[in-house]
Amino acid sequence: MPETEKVSLEDVRRVAELGYLELTPDEETRMQRDLNAILGYVAQLGELDTADVVPMAQVAELLDNGGDVHSERAFLLRDDVPRPCLPHENAMAAAPETDGVFFKVPKVIER
Amino acid sequence: MSTMTSSESITDVRSAIAGGEATATEITERYLARIAEQDPRIHAFLSVDREYALAQAARIDEIKSMGGVLPPLAGVPLGIKDVLTLEGFPATAGSKILEGYRPPYTATAVRRLADAGAIFVGKLNCDEFAMGSSNENSAYGPVHNPHDLDRVPGGSSGGSAAAVAAGMSLATLGTDTGGSIRQPASFCGVVGVLPTYGRVSRYGLIAFASSLDRIGPLAANVRDAATVLRVVAGHDPMDATSSPLSVPDYTADLDKGVRGMKLGVPAEYFAEGLDPEVRAAIESGIEKLRAAGAEIRNISLPHTRYAIPTYYVIATAEASSNLARYDGVRYGFRAPKSDTLASMYRRTRDLGFGAEVKRRILLGTYVLSHGYYEAYYRKAQQVRRLLADDFLRAFREVDAILTPTAPTPAFRIGEKSDDPVAMYLADIYTVTASLAGICGVSVPCGNSREGLPIGMQILGRHFDEGTVFRVGQALENAIGR
Repeated sequence: MPETEKVSLEDVRRVAELGYLELTPDEETRMQRDLNAILGYVAQLGELDTADVVPMAQVAELLDNGGDVHSERAFLLRDDVPRPCLPHENAMAAAPETDGVFFKVPKVIER
Repeated sequence: MSTMTSSESITDVRSAIAGGEATATEITERYLARIAEQDPRIHAFLSVDREYALAQAARIDEIKSMGGVLPPLAGVPLGIKDVLTLEGFPATAGSKILEGYRPPYTATAVRRLADAGAIFVGKLNCDEFAMGSSNENSAYGPVHNPHDLDRVPGGSSGGSAAAVAAGMSLATLGTDTGGSIRQPASFCGVVGVLPTYGRVSRYGLIAFASSLDRIGPLAANVRDAATVLRVVAGHDPMDATSSPLSVPDYTADLDKGVRGMKLGVPAEYFAEGLDPEVRAAIESGIEKLRAAGAEIRNISLPHTRYAIPTYYVIATAEASSNLARYDGVRYGFRAPKSDTLASMYRRTRDLGFGAEVKRRILLGTYVLSHGYYEAYYRKAQQVRRLLADDFLRAFREVDAILTPTAPTPAFRIGEKSDDPVAMYLADIYTVTASLAGICGVSVPCGNSREGLPIGMQILGRHFDEGTVFRVGQALENAIGR
């Protein structure tokens, strides 16, 4: 855990860029302060030795590998068969700009 | 201000309609009038559709007049948190970025309530994208706690809790990612249920953190909460994480009491930071359960103090991914007059999202980014397993676990809004169950000297909601309503 590493203004700008957020200079400063406060708090996870711990991504992992008492399968995937989907017209109805067939967007140039 | 929760129950409403003492239309009119009278001060509702509610009520009255069988929630006025979709109705998620959006489909949980005869009186205020512990992050203004209008109702399902507390709905649906049903239930003096992960389909839920998000009911009493959960629970092919395990009748064993049950009290939940009045109320509630015949055991959940940092890494990482979809292309708000697509994305998200949402997207993007993924995200997933193992171990010894729901009663509006870490600590007792996927309920357990409600959290094994409801009912009986 990089306990001494502080989030720089440059880091804030980099993640804002990755997350497609445009921050004002005031917001950048505030977010830098808040991220440092939160990550400073998160740093305590470094106290724990987790070298042999398997990461847990989903609750289902606990239930389907004998972790619990259920004999029935707790989770299942549905069969992969094509089914009717949302009509095109309904899917387009909430779009800010459309020609009725496609979504319209401003011109795409390299960012 | 005294508690204003309706003394009416779901059973009362249904039997009044069945017995011809009231019509669904009369009941719906009464709740709509209550909303018109109370909500200008409380602001629990973001939208109310009178016409739609009365049309639903008329359908129930028609079934009754034709001598048909009344469905289980016939004529029951309900509110729905605004992160759940109902086709053609607003679903803002408390965000400007979804202002004016009318979803083209209905959430499974909402559809099941409609099929059961419930009357939807409106959509409920919440923190933006369910991110918050006070409801102050709603883009449409905060909700006020019905017990003290200067205080927060909790969050993020603040509107859902306040609507029940003020008698504006008999029950509501909320969502809970780190405590967002249980903590507002505690602050507003109502019952709030965190069903097991997988118990209720999330199809139609506007996602925040998908490995944690759950839908659950809030109600004025344990029986009503159990009744609503039974209706919304169960497998749904539209949500791969919903479980095919059968749904029991949670009300059948509700009154069997706690005699012989083993209830665990974890030392870590009564440590530094717990308000003395909350401690006293919870300890008194525990004694009442002991007097009702439960065996109380001291237990340890040793990794508890790592839960908040673990939660804020995992939840924000998932949020940064889920919220990538708000780009101004397919639905919702689009910033006007952008020259390029990239600029349109950035300006739309800058204008559309509030400060807390941006903070979490940035944090989540940071912990997933190159060079930090192992140190933060993977580490948090490992600690998540340690937290879950704490519970699995404890549940070999005890049938349920008793804790405070929140470290304090409702705090004042504005008190924590400038300090994200202080705000996150409001969830210190609730995030553990969220990470482990187990079920729980918050049940009213007395009041502070100032008359603010205090909730006890009762946690149970995966898919063992029946036990937590039984303990909750025993507590409710012992406290007296």
